[in-house]
Amino acid sequence: MSFRKLAGAAASIVAASMIAAPASAGPDDDSLVIAWGSTGPIENVDNYFNTNRTGIWFSRMVWDQLIYREPKTFEYKPLLATSWELLNDTTWQFKLREGVTFHNGEPFDADDVVFTLNWISNPENGVKVQRNVNWIDRAEKVDQYTVNLHMKKPFPQAFEFLSGPLTIYPNEYYAEVGPEGMGQKPVGTGPMKVVSIKTAEEYVFEKNENYTWGSPKGEAQVSKMVVREIADVQTQIAELLAGGIDVTADISADHVDQIGQVPGYKALQAGTMRTGYIGFDAAGRGNFEPTTKLKVRQAMAHAIDRAALVKNLIRGDAGVIHTPCFPTQFGCDADAAVKYEFDPEKAKALLAEAGYPDGFEIGFYTFRPADWAEAIMGDLAKVGIRATLTKMPYFALRDKQRNEGTTPMFLMDWGSYSMNDMSAITSHFFKKGPDDFALDDEVAAWLEEGDTNSDPEARKAAYRKAVEKITREVYWLPMFNHVRNYAYREELNFIPYQDEIPRFWQYGWASS
Amino acid sequence: MPAYALKRTFVAFLILIVVSGLTFSLSHLSADPALTIGGEQASEEDIQAIRKLYGFDRPIHVQYLDWLGRALAGDFGESYHYKQRVFDMVSERIGRTMLLGTLAILFALAVSIPLGTLAAMRPNSIIDRIALFIAVLGQALPTFWFALMMIIVFGVWWRWLPISGHTQWANYVMPTIALGYYATPALMRLTRAGMIEVLASDYIRTARAKGLSPASVLFKHALRNAIIPVVALAAVWFGFMLGGSIVIETIFNLKGIGWLSYDALLRSDLPVVQAIVLVFASFYVVLTLLADLLNAWLDPRISVR
Repeated sequence: MSFRKLAGAAASIVAASMIAAPASAGPDDDSLVIAWGSTGPIENVDNYFNTNRTGIWFSRMVWDQLIYREPKTFEYKPLLATSWELLNDTTWQFKLREGVTFHNGEPFDADDVVFTLNWISNPENGVKVQRNVNWIDRAEKVDQYTVNLHMKKPFPQAFEFLSGPLTIYPNEYYAEVGPEGMGQKPVGTGPMKVVSIKTAEEYVFEKNENYTWGSPKGEAQVSKMVVREIADVQTQIAELLAGGIDVTADISADHVDQIGQVPGYKALQAGTMRTGYIGFDAAGRGNFEPTTKLKVRQAMAHAIDRAALVKNLIRGDAGVIHTPCFPTQFGCDADAAVKYEFDPEKAKALLAEAGYPDGFEIGFYTFRPADWAEAIMGDLAKVGIRATLTKMPYFALRDKQRNEGTTPMFLMDWGSYSMNDMSAITSHFFKKGPDDFALDDEVAAWLEEGDTNSDPEARKAAYRKAVEKITREVYWLPMFNHVRNYAYREELNFIPYQDEIPRFWQYGWASS
Repeated sequence: MPAYALKRTFVAFLILIVVSGLTFSLSHLSADPALTIGGEQASEEDIQAIRKLYGFDRPIHVQYLDWLGRALAGDFGESYHYKQRVFDMVSERIGRTMLLGTLAILFALAVSIPLGTLAAMRPNSIIDRIALFIAVLGQALPTFWFALMMIIVFGVWWRWLPISGHTQWANYVMPTIALGYYATPALMRLTRAGMIEVLASDYIRTARAKGLSPASVLFKHALRNAIIPVVALAAVWFGFMLGGSIVIETIFNLKGIGWLSYDALLRSDLPVVQAIVLVFASFYVVLTLLADLLNAWLDPRISVR
């Protein structure tokens, strides 16, 4: 309690008594000041050496990928590559765009692409997230603006990576300065140029005036941008209301209501593909008997009122999800999922059939807000299931799950690294890895088939079977998609995106 | 006396070793550092590779001795998270924390000594009551709440002071008050009690009888004697100010080592946690050691015991 709630109360006092409109430094000097950092600062702004979500936000400003994924329709469009062709099962050929230059003046061509792809896929270089790059065999130059990309095996999700984490670096510069230099003075082709970096404190950008080649990402709308890493959300809000910053993407749902009432400010909640779920220890990894029984899991699925939880606690654009993946993701067939209506009577009957007419006691784990968990526990109590909540920090909980497996029931979520492909979530949890509490051979085999077959229809068919069985067996009870909350000055043309990546360079001032 | 000083120094050194050992084992037990380093996206292979790379697969006492050996040689290793030398990260930020701590204790003294003196001059008067009220408030208000209130009033409503950062002197005003106010009650009450006792003593009566001016009696004779325990207590509070700046630095986004320790704890950046705990522990140990030695010098009977 204490800190957060008191601080929340303080914020509402501010909101209730704010009358003064903010000073308009932003529109006047055509600058934008952003605060982020509640999940900690970016450890190294080199895109291949950080795992923080804000690192993704940073990377989209400075660098470009070969392919652009349209953020609303998820269609693939040309970016640094103008066209592509699958030469055989494991080789893509890309035609590259001419006339693009890096921020330091280095012209962009095949050498940059070949260098970047070969460098990052070499395990010795220690790129932090190996799964982003370990499918690449090698890249080779065909001519100055043509590149062949060889994959180790057919990899149907390749474009999700090529349009996401795999940003293209300038070969001469990177070879000279390495990850350390790139972390201090990043150079890319993107819409914003880096002026200065103070690690964990402040990043200053200016508009890339050469970003005029018709990139679908669009030119920068402000001439200067400052990002301040501020860990405390209350401080971010105070800075916003005091005119010190123009936009934050870090606040909680309660703040949205409060800030929305302050004249001169807007706050909104935008749905994301981060998928929340309740997982059950169906495989009995922690030797807890009730969750190994299908009828018990079905009873719990019927006992929990997900619609009420979404309406009252998550709010915004969130909605109930029935699939063990986000419905826009490739292969995530919502029609294949078995759906469970809220029906406490049916839940009681199922419990009695399973041999627990008086319910049972169960340990319930989460790292998310306790009020979400308490709402779920309240529903379970009504059918006789007495849950005891253990709230743990994220990594400590993941550690307990993976190494001990003693978590019979858990409320968790997964952001799929913003990838619009089911392999980014379902395959992670149900292919018998350390996060798998179902250990279902059939499901694992279907997912493997879906992950590796290069025929889209075959992939869909395999994934469909996996979705059906996971929901029929209630290995997971899919809950809802999360929202991200934004607050900003009302003159700002803010656009929310479902993939949890604000495109800050696209936000300009209405008055300018 | 030299033997006593040597003994105390040796004990202080042992305390630091024990503290570092405890921190090391507790922080390694609390979460698997490999998982934290890998981040949410890490696969099982990534984590195994990290475990091997950082040597987490070795027994914990081996890891500790390895760390201790290098720390004693002045090498605190590299941050798991930022890949920077821990020594550089700490030395870059320690100045901000020292400045904040010094300003805070000076602020506390500047408030508590005059207030305590005023209160002692007229015990149970309205001035004494007001001073008591201020002191009680300082103790009753949680620091972060007081800090947020100041932010709302001076930062958001009136916009007199910057809310966060450390680049200009004005950034230090609110953090100094928030942190220093916490130490004010204890120092003020000690000043008050000391002054009341001293003002009632015989030599003050003598001084007054000699016809010295009231100001001379108060400041030259009374306060100088009453203030000695206050300064000793202030030294201890100075340690608290440095260690207690974690919350204040986080709220005001003043990135000293208090903030760094908060950040490092959140992400199990163990080499940074180790180094900062050692720095904070050293502050306490050195300040306590100085107090011990000072006491021994003032009262030679202590070193005999």
